[in-house]
Amino acid sequence: MTEPHSQRVYLRRRRLSRRYESLKRAWYYFKKSPLSLIGLGIVSLTIFIALFAPYIAPHPESAGLYMNFEEAYQPPSWKHPFGTDAYGRDVFSRVLFGFRYSMMLAAVVLSLAAPPGIILGLIAGYYRGTWIDMLIMRIADIFIAVPPLVLALAICSVLTPNIFNAMMAVTLMWWPWYTRLVYNMVSSIRNEYYVIALELLGAKKSYIMFREILPNCLGPILTKLTLDVGWVILIGAALSFVGLGAQPPTPDLGTMVAEGGQYLPTYWWISVFPALAIAFIILGFNLLGDGIRDIFAATER
Amino acid sequence: MASAFSRYIIKRSAYTLFSLFGLSVLVFVLARVLPGDPARIVAGPQAPEEVVERIRQQLNLDKPIPVQYILWLKSVFHGDLGYSIYTRHSVTLDVIKYLPNSLELIIVAAIIQVVGAIILGVASGWWAYRWPDNIVRAFAYIGISVPAFVWAIILQLVFGWWLGWFPVQGMFSEGVTPPPRITGFHLLDSLITGNFVAFKDELWHIFLPALALALGPMAQDARIIRAGMVDNAGKDFIALAKSHGLPDRLIMFKYLFKPSVIPAVTVMGMDIAALLGNAFLVEIIYNWPGFSAYGIAAMLRKDLNAIVAVVLVIGVIYAVANIIVDILVAYLDPRIRYLERGE
Repeated sequence: MTEPHSQRVYLRRRRLSRRYESLKRAWYYFKKSPLSLIGLGIVSLTIFIALFAPYIAPHPESAGLYMNFEEAYQPPSWKHPFGTDAYGRDVFSRVLFGFRYSMMLAAVVLSLAAPPGIILGLIAGYYRGTWIDMLIMRIADIFIAVPPLVLALAICSVLTPNIFNAMMAVTLMWWPWYTRLVYNMVSSIRNEYYVIALELLGAKKSYIMFREILPNCLGPILTKLTLDVGWVILIGAALSFVGLGAQPPTPDLGTMVAEGGQYLPTYWWISVFPALAIAFIILGFNLLGDGIRDIFAATER
Repeated sequence: MASAFSRYIIKRSAYTLFSLFGLSVLVFVLARVLPGDPARIVAGPQAPEEVVERIRQQLNLDKPIPVQYILWLKSVFHGDLGYSIYTRHSVTLDVIKYLPNSLELIIVAAIIQVVGAIILGVASGWWAYRWPDNIVRAFAYIGISVPAFVWAIILQLVFGWWLGWFPVQGMFSEGVTPPPRITGFHLLDSLITGNFVAFKDELWHIFLPALALALGPMAQDARIIRAGMVDNAGKDFIALAKSHGLPDRLIMFKYLFKPSVIPAVTVMGMDIAALLGNAFLVEIIYNWPGFSAYGIAAMLRKDLNAIVAVVLVIGVIYAVANIIVDILVAYLDPRIRYLERGE
């Protein structure tokens, strides 16, 4: 038995307009906080730089193995806002390219780690108290048993150090955090009346999990995704910094900080500006993440 | 009291033991499955094949991985973490040698973190929405976002190199004799032997790296304490205390402070993770002769036994710290105890 055509169109329109309304309301709450707007600005700028680095960098040739010893070790000036490094490369251009690697790392790691983490958390939470829950959560616990940075370092150390393996290592240790987040939420939602009612009506388990429970977890997941961009970038930079991630001459921010470290304190700009760039990106995503969390807190009320 | 709470702690410890066991399997297998022949590394690139083969037998590398794992686990329970295939030192002795230096750094960082967080958080919460609060909140955002190794470099540059207030690296100045080894914790040893010169000198050296480690978690905790203070300030029990005419200072420290600090204690597990992890980078920057610097060196030359040992030791410290945090939270917050008992 299906609804008549006109009713279906009406329902669809109503759903769309509701979605539009809720987006409008979210934006209303979001723009009330100047910090969230600053965060959004930084994040937009970061993504813009990451996408168009080769076109906006004043000296795009500096990204690679370029050498120009006549211009080496120049302090910040109008020509080179962040100075030049030991090979005469423009640090400002390299930092712009560094945004690319950082954002790529975050995008790859989160898009590979979050979906399986979320699905496993859903399953474990839904089957709470059974052997499935036990199996998934104890495996997740293993990855959470050491501080993330230590595990990432250890996994990277047994692989060949390069940017691809760093991504794989961080992905491998990142999924359990989503599993745990979703698990905790699902185990409380699971006993709500609407879930029990659907079970009694004989709804498919996959339907209950993905169409009924999952949408109710989206707020915290989205918040965590935003905040995690900063954390992944931090871990990636740390891996490159100790030499277990991206290798020179890749213009990765962590690698640049490490390379510049040997020229401290005289040529401080070589490592300080990339370091500040890392902090800038993380600050942006933290502010944005807090803003998103506030939206969900406000719309829930 | 064999309460629900102690049962909860026992259950948690059992899970933790299981995780550590799983972790050892994970790291051990990763270290053995991945490309690279440890026997070849020990023997050197020019060694003839039969020498490599003999070393392989000595290190049990010719046996299947499950057997290798069981042999390894057996020796771990005897306190033998194997030999570093690179330096040929006993890894156990290396751990004993380097671990106290790192713990010392982390403990000093934790003290700075807790004291700083309480001062900043309480000041911010007490003068909420006024200028001290705005300054603290701005600091908190920056503190959380700037990674520890960036703090380390900036502090080293500004206070070490440019201003010259603190030494730039190492543990002791030249000419200062470190205290004899009693506990392995140099600060403690120099106090025991009455060597105040070494004590002061090391405090001088430890301050910048410890501060770099502490700033991030400090900002986080200050923010949580502030939120708790602001939240609780509007509650009835504070209004009651005020209406009874109690002095502000008493209200602040006796009634407002305690419930506001508890949420900060619950996230201390995360703080410890941050300290343990970030120590890996900060120790390198300050040339601190610690466990993490040892770990990084082992990782860079694929020293498998040492890597496995480093991860496991950190895992054990982290697990113990987390269980202590759990007990501490339950001790501070009677609501949790009653809740657990009620179940």
